[in-house]
Amino acid sequence: MKSFIPREVETLWTLFTAPTVWALHFVVCYAAVAIFCAKGLAEEITFGTLRFALGVFTLLALAMIVLSAYLAWRQWGFGSGDPPHDAATREDRKYFQGFATLLLSGLSFVAVVYAAIPLIFIAECQR
Amino acid sequence: MTPELGNFSAEERAAQEERLRKVWETPKGLRYWTSVNNSEIGLWYGVTAFAFMLFAGLLGLLMRLQLAVPNNDLISADLFNQAFTLHGTVMMFLFAVPIFEAIAIFLLPSMLGARELPFPRLSAFGFWSFLIGGIFVCGSIFFNAAPNAGWFMYPPLATDKEYSGIGADIWLLGLSFIEVASIAAAVEIIVGIMKCRAPGMRINLMPMFAWYLLIVAGMILFAFPPLIAGDILFEMERMFDWPFFDAKRGGDPLLWQHLFWIFGHPEVYIIFLPAIALMAMIVPTFSQRPIVGYSWIVLAAVGTGFLSFGLWVHHMFATGLPQISLAFFSAASEAVAIPTGVQIFVFIATMLAGRVIFSVPMLFGAGGVIIFVVGGLTGVMVALVPFDWQAHDTYFVVAHLHYVLIGGMLFPVVAGIYYYFPFVRGKKLSDAWGKVAFWLMFSGFNIAFFPMHFSGLRGMPRRVFTYPEGIGWDWFNLVSTIGAFIFASGVAIVVTDILRPKPKPTARNLNPWNSGTLEWTNDPDESWGMRSVPVITSRYPLWDQPNLQRDIEAGRFYLPDAKSGKRETLVTSVLDADPIQCLRVGGVSYVTIIAALALGGVFIALTFHWWITTIVCAIITFVAIVVWLWTGTAPIPEEPEIDVGLGLKLPIYVSGPASVGWWAMFITMVGDGTAFASLIFGYFFYWTIHADFTAAAQGPGILWPMIALALFVVAWALTVLARELNEKGPVGARLALVAGFVVTVAASLAGLAGPYFHAMDPTANVYPATVWILAIWTVTHGAVGAIMHLYCLARSFAGRMTAEYDQDIRNVTLYWHFMAVTAVTTFGVIGLFPMVIE
Repeated sequence: MKSFIPREVETLWTLFTAPTVWALHFVVCYAAVAIFCAKGLAEEITFGTLRFALGVFTLLALAMIVLSAYLAWRQWGFGSGDPPHDAATREDRKYFQGFATLLLSGLSFVAVVYAAIPLIFIAECQR
Repeated sequence: MTPELGNFSAEERAAQEERLRKVWETPKGLRYWTSVNNSEIGLWYGVTAFAFMLFAGLLGLLMRLQLAVPNNDLISADLFNQAFTLHGTVMMFLFAVPIFEAIAIFLLPSMLGARELPFPRLSAFGFWSFLIGGIFVCGSIFFNAAPNAGWFMYPPLATDKEYSGIGADIWLLGLSFIEVASIAAAVEIIVGIMKCRAPGMRINLMPMFAWYLLIVAGMILFAFPPLIAGDILFEMERMFDWPFFDAKRGGDPLLWQHLFWIFGHPEVYIIFLPAIALMAMIVPTFSQRPIVGYSWIVLAAVGTGFLSFGLWVHHMFATGLPQISLAFFSAASEAVAIPTGVQIFVFIATMLAGRVIFSVPMLFGAGGVIIFVVGGLTGVMVALVPFDWQAHDTYFVVAHLHYVLIGGMLFPVVAGIYYYFPFVRGKKLSDAWGKVAFWLMFSGFNIAFFPMHFSGLRGMPRRVFTYPEGIGWDWFNLVSTIGAFIFASGVAIVVTDILRPKPKPTARNLNPWNSGTLEWTNDPDESWGMRSVPVITSRYPLWDQPNLQRDIEAGRFYLPDAKSGKRETLVTSVLDADPIQCLRVGGVSYVTIIAALALGGVFIALTFHWWITTIVCAIITFVAIVVWLWTGTAPIPEEPEIDVGLGLKLPIYVSGPASVGWWAMFITMVGDGTAFASLIFGYFFYWTIHADFTAAAQGPGILWPMIALALFVVAWALTVLARELNEKGPVGARLALVAGFVVTVAASLAGLAGPYFHAMDPTANVYPATVWILAIWTVTHGAVGAIMHLYCLARSFAGRMTAEYDQDIRNVTLYWHFMAVTAVTTFGVIGLFPMVIE
C-alpha cells in the first residue's frame, strides 16, 4: 500500500506551506462571512450552518498544518540534532529548513485558531 | 570539498586588477550619471530618499508650529491640508520604502558575495523613475497644487475635483510611477538573493539581512499591485468619470479603502522588516557573537510577512462592516504580535549571550527598539475593535503610528547609517556627536509624541489645522511642538556629520567594527565589489574562515579576472548555492535614463491631460524599452562556456527556469496577477453590495466573451507550439509566432466587442465600468503579448534567437501562461457570472 504521506522534496517552497494554509483559511472565512452578511443569505441558510461549515473548514486547515508540521519534523530528522544548524553541509541546510518550517507550522496553527475564535463568540453579523 | 585555491604572481594579480578596474569603471564627468553600478545607484537612491525625508520633516515641523498654540493662523487650513498629506505621502512612499531599496541595492551584492545584482540597468531605471516621480510629487506644494486629502486619499473627498484640484492626480500618477520602481526593485532583490549568492552560501548560511529582504520583496509583489489597481480605478473616475467610488451610480468608496489598506498594512511591515534586518546585522557585531535563534528570525520574518496581509481591515474598524468580519482582522492583528515579539526577544537574547559594546549604532538600535515596543503595545490596544472606536482618527493613532514607524524604522536606519558609513567612505562618523544626536532624537521624539496619546484620548482629532483654547489640548500641543524641534536638532546633527568634509583616512581599515559578514571585505575605493568571489562555509565568514580577506584580495577564488572585457558575476543554485552559470550583466547605459524620463513624461502629461505629449512620451518609452531589451538581454555569447577560476567551467547562456530572466518574468507576472486579482475582487465586491449588481443594465453577453476566451487560449497554444517548434528549427516557430500574433489581435478585438456592441456606457453605472476595465486590462495584456510575438519573430530573423539560444521564446511563453489565466478569468467572469447568478 502506498503511504499517503508525501515523499521528501527539496525546495524552498515547502517553507511557506503552513502560512499559505493560514492565508487560505483566513480568506475563506472572511469571504464567506462577507458574502453571507452582505447578500442577506440568512433566510436560506442560518448563521449556525455557516459557522458549522467554517468550523469544519478550520479543522481541515489545522489538519493540513499538522501534516506540514509532521513533514517538517521529518525533514528536521525528527529532532535528531539541535540548532543552530549552521554547518556548511547539505544535511544542516535540510535540518535548518525542517526546523524553520516546523516553527512556522506552529505559528500558523496558533494564527488559524485565533481566526476561528470569532466564530465561537459571535453569533450573527452584527452590523 | 573546497576546491584548490588559485595562486597568482604579483604581476598576474596587477594585470587582473587592471582588467577588472577597466570593466567595472565608473564613468567620469557628466557620463557619471549613466552609471548602473549597484554602489552608485544604491548611494544615489539612498541620498535622494534621505533628502525627501528631510523635506517631509520640515513639513512636519511646519505643522507642529501651526499647532503649538490654539487659534493659530501661521498657515492657512488649505496649506495645512497639503502639508500633512505630503508629509505622510513623502515619508511612506518617498522615504521609508525607497530607502530600504537603496540599502538593499547597495549592500546585497557585497553581503552575498556577488559582483553585482542580476539586473543593474533595472535598478538604474527604478532609481530614475523614483527621482522624477518624487520631485514631481514634492514640487507640487510650491505651486499650491499638492494633494490635500490625506495620505490615504479617501473618496469621495479625493474624487471631488473642486476640493482636491489637481493634487489628487499628482498623487495618483506620481506614486503609480514610483510603485513601478518598487516592483522593479522587488524583482531585482528576489532574483539577486535566490540566485546570486557566493558559492557555498546555502540558505542556512545566508545573512539575516538577505532573509528579511527576500520576504519583504515578496510582500511588495502582493502589496503594491492592489494599490496600482486602485490607482487605475481612481484615475479612471477622475479623468473619465467612471463611477467606481461614486455611491450615486453604484460605486462604493469602501472599495478604495479595501484596496488601499490591502497595500497599506503590509506596507508598514515592508518598512519595518528591512529596518529590523539592519538590526539583525548590527546586534551580532556589537555583541561579538552569532545571532541567537537564526531559525526563529526566519520564523519571525516569514510569519510577519504572511500575517501582515490579514490586518488591513483594522484600519476600517469604524466603517460599519459586520462585527464578525472585524473580529477576524482583530484576531490576526493580535496574532502578528507573536512573530514581532519573537524578533525582539532574539535580539535581547543575543545581547545577553554576548558582551555588548554600546557604540552609536547600538544606541540608535536599542533606542529604536524601546520606542517600537511602546508603539507595538498601543498597537495591541487599537487592534481591539471597541478601543479602536474610541481612538480612531484621534491623535492617539498619530502617536501610535509614529512610535511604530520612527522606532521601528527611522532609528534603525540611522543606526545603519552609522554602522555602514565606514563601508561607504572608509571612515566612521563622529562617536561623540553621534551620542549627542541620539539623546536629542530619543528625548525629543518622546517629548513630541508621548503627549499625543493624551491629547488623542482627550478627543483631539487628527488633521485639524487649529483648535480652540481651554479644552485641555493646549499644553500637550505646546510640549509636542517643543519636542519636535529637539528631535529635529538631533537629525540636523546627523546630517551635518554626514555632510561635513572629512579628511582622507590615514590607515586602511576595511572592517572597523570587527563584523563577521562578507560585505566588510569590500574596498570602498574599488568599484568591482568582490575582488574574487569566495567560497562560503559560515554565517559569519570573517569570524570563522581564516585568511578569507587575504585570499579574496589575492584573487584566489572565483572570477579573479575579467578577460572577456564584460561585467560578470556568478549564479548559484537556490538551496545549496552550487555555481551554475557565469552571468553577464549590463553596463553603463543611457537607455535606462531615457526610458525613465519618457515614462515620467507619460505620467506627468497624463496629470495635465496633455494627450499628445502623453502619446509621444509613450512611444519614446516603448522604443527605449525595446532597444534596451534588444541590445541588452540574452546576447548570444562568443563561446558557450567560460573558465571562472578554480578549474571550473560554467555556461554563459542558460534559458528557462535556470535563467535569471525567466525568474524576473515570473516574479513580475506574479505582481501583475495580483493587480488583476484586485480588479476581479472589485467586480465581486460590487456584486456583494448590490441586490442587482448589473443595475438592470445590459451585460457584454455570452457570445463575444466566449469567442475572446477561445481565441486567447488558441493564441496561448500557438505560443507554446512556437517554443516547441523552435527547438527543431526556425521555420515552424516563425509560422506559429505569426499565427499567434494574428489570433491575439482577433482575440483582443473580440474581447472589446462584447461591451462595445452591447452599448455598455461606463459612465452610467459601476457595472459597465467594471466590465470595461476588466476587458481593457486583458486586451492591453494581449497587446503586450502580441508585441512579444513580433519581438521573438524579429529575434529569430536576426539570428539572435536560435534553437539553442532560446531565452526569448521561453520567457514569452511564461508570459503567455499568465496571459491565458488572465483571459480565461476575465471573459469567464464577465461573460458567464451574470448568467450563473440569475
